[in-house]
Amino acid sequence: MADVTQLIHDYLRHNKKFPHVFCAGCGHGIVLGSLIRSVHALGLPKDDVVLVAGIGCSGRMAVYVDFNTVHTTHGRALTFATGIKMANPKLKVICVMGDGDALSIGGNHLIHAARRNIGVTALILNNHIYGMTGGQCSSATPQGDISMTTPFGSLEKSFDIMDMCKAAGASYVARGTSFHAIQMDRLISSAIMHPGFSVVEVFSPCPTQYGRKNKFRNAVDMYKWLKSNTVKVETLKDPDQKPADGRIPIGVFRDVEEPGLEERYFELQRKLMGQNR
Amino acid sequence: MAVQRKKRKRRELFALGNEAVAEGALLAGCSFYAGYPITPSTEIMEVMANRLPLIEDGVFIQMEDEIASMGATIGASLAGRKAMTATSGPGFALMQEHIGYACMVEAPLVVVNVMRGGPSTGLPTSPAQADVQMARWGTHGDHPIIVLSASNVQECLEMTVTAFNFAEKYRTPVILLLDEVTAHTREKITVPDPDEVEILSRVEPTVPPEWFKPYADTARGVPAMAPIGSGYRTHVTGLTHDVMGYPTQRPDEVKDAMLRLFRKIDQYYGDIQMSDEYMLDDAEVAVVAYGSVARSAHLAVEQARERGAKAGLLTLKTLFPFPRPAVEKLTHRCHTVVVPEMNMGQMSREVKRVNNGRTKVRTINRVDGQIITPSEILKAIL
Repeated sequence: MADVTQLIHDYLRHNKKFPHVFCAGCGHGIVLGSLIRSVHALGLPKDDVVLVAGIGCSGRMAVYVDFNTVHTTHGRALTFATGIKMANPKLKVICVMGDGDALSIGGNHLIHAARRNIGVTALILNNHIYGMTGGQCSSATPQGDISMTTPFGSLEKSFDIMDMCKAAGASYVARGTSFHAIQMDRLISSAIMHPGFSVVEVFSPCPTQYGRKNKFRNAVDMYKWLKSNTVKVETLKDPDQKPADGRIPIGVFRDVEEPGLEERYFELQRKLMGQNR
Repeated sequence: MAVQRKKRKRRELFALGNEAVAEGALLAGCSFYAGYPITPSTEIMEVMANRLPLIEDGVFIQMEDEIASMGATIGASLAGRKAMTATSGPGFALMQEHIGYACMVEAPLVVVNVMRGGPSTGLPTSPAQADVQMARWGTHGDHPIIVLSASNVQECLEMTVTAFNFAEKYRTPVILLLDEVTAHTREKITVPDPDEVEILSRVEPTVPPEWFKPYADTARGVPAMAPIGSGYRTHVTGLTHDVMGYPTQRPDEVKDAMLRLFRKIDQYYGDIQMSDEYMLDDAEVAVVAYGSVARSAHLAVEQARERGAKAGLLTLKTLFPFPRPAVEKLTHRCHTVVVPEMNMGQMSREVKRVNNGRTKVRTINRVDGQIITPSEILKAIL
């Protein structure tokens, strides 16, 4: 019998939940792998990790991994995560959301989590589309792209998650892609250990619902596109300026040490209660 | 040798109904409040904002809206806290999806809805009892729920404690409905010593984590609950789930899960349904009321008795599951049942359902933002 030696097997729930729902070529599995490698490399006990997920393909991640997992309602994962973190600040709370989840229905919660700088890690798996409901446009669908609800091309601009989260006050903001898996490990690890609100956006290709409607012949094309159309943010002269050639910057956009809301709250509480521990 | 008696530390307060709710919550062990301000419930939140940071591990957070408040409250409950939020009609409407989620994942928590006139933003500072059926049927899907009400300030405190106890005992969200009159009436109340009050907490698992079934069916129908982070790594989902908490669509598992949700409330019906009787022993006309209207009805019944009419009052403290036996008794014995309420008949509908045409049900309805006076009820009795 083959030895089960892969790290991922230590972190998956083997008693019920496979096969998974991700399509061939989907980037979500790569992100899940990266998340598991990060948690493992950081040496975090599984009992201390809470994975809170929204609805959609990315939301299914929570069923597969053997952490404390909460599969919540559409768009509201961050509100549950806020409650969990404030109730027990020792927990590492990671919130996994899709782009529709985080930006459209949950946009308000995202900016407020950033404003509070609550010590939660938000993983936004951006595949530019609503995958599970069958390929409708989201607020991260690039302008002009085709979806089930924008058959003649989307007229709306998409959000820049990095700009938005920085402006709202998140203290760690980074972007990676499913092609750049090694970099993603680093981004997610730093995000988890970051004291305040950390956001990692990951471009995670959806060949089934997004790719085939938008002139990608197959999944490989999408990954090649990610490779050739991204640029490391460190190599840019001005990180705030978008590259003129239209390439998308990836890397860490902001990393400032600021205490999370829970730290500030319990500090105040200690002061109020006169126990300067 | 004489037994040394512990001195009871009762406190007397001159408090608003809303303040009494907050006192009751703290007494019941509530250590987490997430909310969004809305008239006429705001004082509950303000008291919690002042008090929670001063108690060990007490957490107060003002969220960006009611949806977020309810999400955070559920999150805290899952992490082991006794959690509460309070709101009013429009906010309560926003919370509905998450109330359904809390029913599904069996998260114990308390939602206080201080009702105001509606629909929509309606009459923010005027009394109404317009959300009775929303409390029962507001969220999508089929599920039981416990809805309580209070008619005076002391009861606001007591029913909040009861709400927490029911929530913990039955692992379910409990809704406490108040009306603006009760919430904004200031009365002298007694806050009992914590030792005098029965406080219940959820049952936590005692088996090793690998044996634990988070949604196992037990004789009580209420599974043990492990707080997040306690070593029992479980999956929580709003999807219909099996005993392990994993999503399922297998008809037998779906049926079992749904029927247990109902059974855990149904079989303790006798424990949950609460009402007060006043002069009902020989009554020929019975008033069925709840909230501040019950106080008007109380005076009306007294005045009716002075005039020789055999009137009595049933004050409902549990609205749902509907206290059928208490009401049914009246419909057998009395020639008229009067149901005054500040809506177009949300509770009289239940009374009529139970009555099933046996006796006369007279309704008094006001939806103009005014209270129902004793004389209006007296007129209906006589």
